[in-house]
Amino acid sequence: MARITASVYTSHVPAIGAAMDLGKTQEPYWQKVFAGYEPSREWIKANKPDVVFLVYNDHATAFSLEIIPTFAIGTAAEFAVADEGWGPRPVPKVEGHPELASHIAQSVIQQDFDLTIVNKMDVDHGLTVPLSLMCGQPEAWPFKVIPFAVNVVQYPVPSGKRCFMLGQAIRKAIESFDGDLNVQVWGTGGMSHQLQGPRAGLINKEWDNRFLDRLVDDPQGLAEVPHIEYVREAGSEGIELVMWLIARGAMADVAGGRNKPVVKHRFYHVPASNTAVGHLILENT
Amino acid sequence: MPLDKPYKDVPGTTIFDADQSRKGYWLNQFCMSLMKAPNRERFKADERAYLDEWPMTEEQKQAVLARDLNRCIQLGGNIYFLAKIGATDGKSFQQMAGSMTGMSEEEYRDMMIGGGRPSTWTPPAKEQK
Repeated sequence: MARITASVYTSHVPAIGAAMDLGKTQEPYWQKVFAGYEPSREWIKANKPDVVFLVYNDHATAFSLEIIPTFAIGTAAEFAVADEGWGPRPVPKVEGHPELASHIAQSVIQQDFDLTIVNKMDVDHGLTVPLSLMCGQPEAWPFKVIPFAVNVVQYPVPSGKRCFMLGQAIRKAIESFDGDLNVQVWGTGGMSHQLQGPRAGLINKEWDNRFLDRLVDDPQGLAEVPHIEYVREAGSEGIELVMWLIARGAMADVAGGRNKPVVKHRFYHVPASNTAVGHLILENT
Repeated sequence: MPLDKPYKDVPGTTIFDADQSRKGYWLNQFCMSLMKAPNRERFKADERAYLDEWPMTEEQKQAVLARDLNRCIQLGGNIYFLAKIGATDGKSFQQMAGSMTGMSEEEYRDMMIGGGRPSTWTPPAKEQK
């Protein structure tokens, strides 16, 4: 039986990827960001999953305005690294897990979440920056990845509550897969940031840290936070944080497990480019 | 009954909702075309001619030519699409975001290093409607 052992949460700021690709990680500005991921790289070496179910959003890369799926699961055997206008990032291609992905699609749709199934999709920084942050610069990514793209570009995006419930459905799907796999679920994006208009540059440390606290201790309550609070408090692009609730919904305590997950690592830093960087690693016990 | 849009009064912010998306469809699709290198070259060689290939409004074309991202957003543009223009121009996301705030590049960068803009920010009086 496949099992979810841990969840990882991280921002996916494109400039972080660029800093790695251009060899700037030792510059003082970036050193402060990467120092926060050193324990994570050790942790993942010691806790290497077989598959990561990676929740992220596409940033007008694979999906233009022609088709805007709210939830899209990548079921392909591999996913190319997208050219987002600056040339593709020099990182390995992403290998999928078609058997598990198809199984999850079938199970989750039967649990009333109408996923879009995608068999061809280039993946952008939303997916590759978290891999780089957690794994550094390997020749090949050390595990398979199931990309799960959430529309957070065009409003209305799915609610936190819907995302949290979806995470629970994904947990059931993964746990019913007949294969011995260690699976992690990652939620990415955020934290507070606004990239548009005269209000660009918004950061809200207090709100972000309360989000991190509640994600650990009160995910059910956090899932009730309406969109408008994200927009007002965490900026128009801070809405990406709803994706963290998918990963949190997949943890054992939400499904009636006795114990809260253990916080293996927590990190918060401002800024990376326009954005507050937040990061958590939670292990099921 | 009208739909509830509580985000309309957030200062200095335009939420890219279905209405904005409808208005900005061709503007954003033009931006999307700049993901291909040959299109970037053709756009750079003659911006006006390239824009005229798209069924965009004249206002949208003028806003692109002026690189007025705030205006582009008012006219239905979305920042992740508009970022393709910035990539074509060799601009970073921070330069693009900063350009919408009325601050210099250095002022904006320093504001971010100093912890960013507070969520309680309101526009200077002269910009308020």
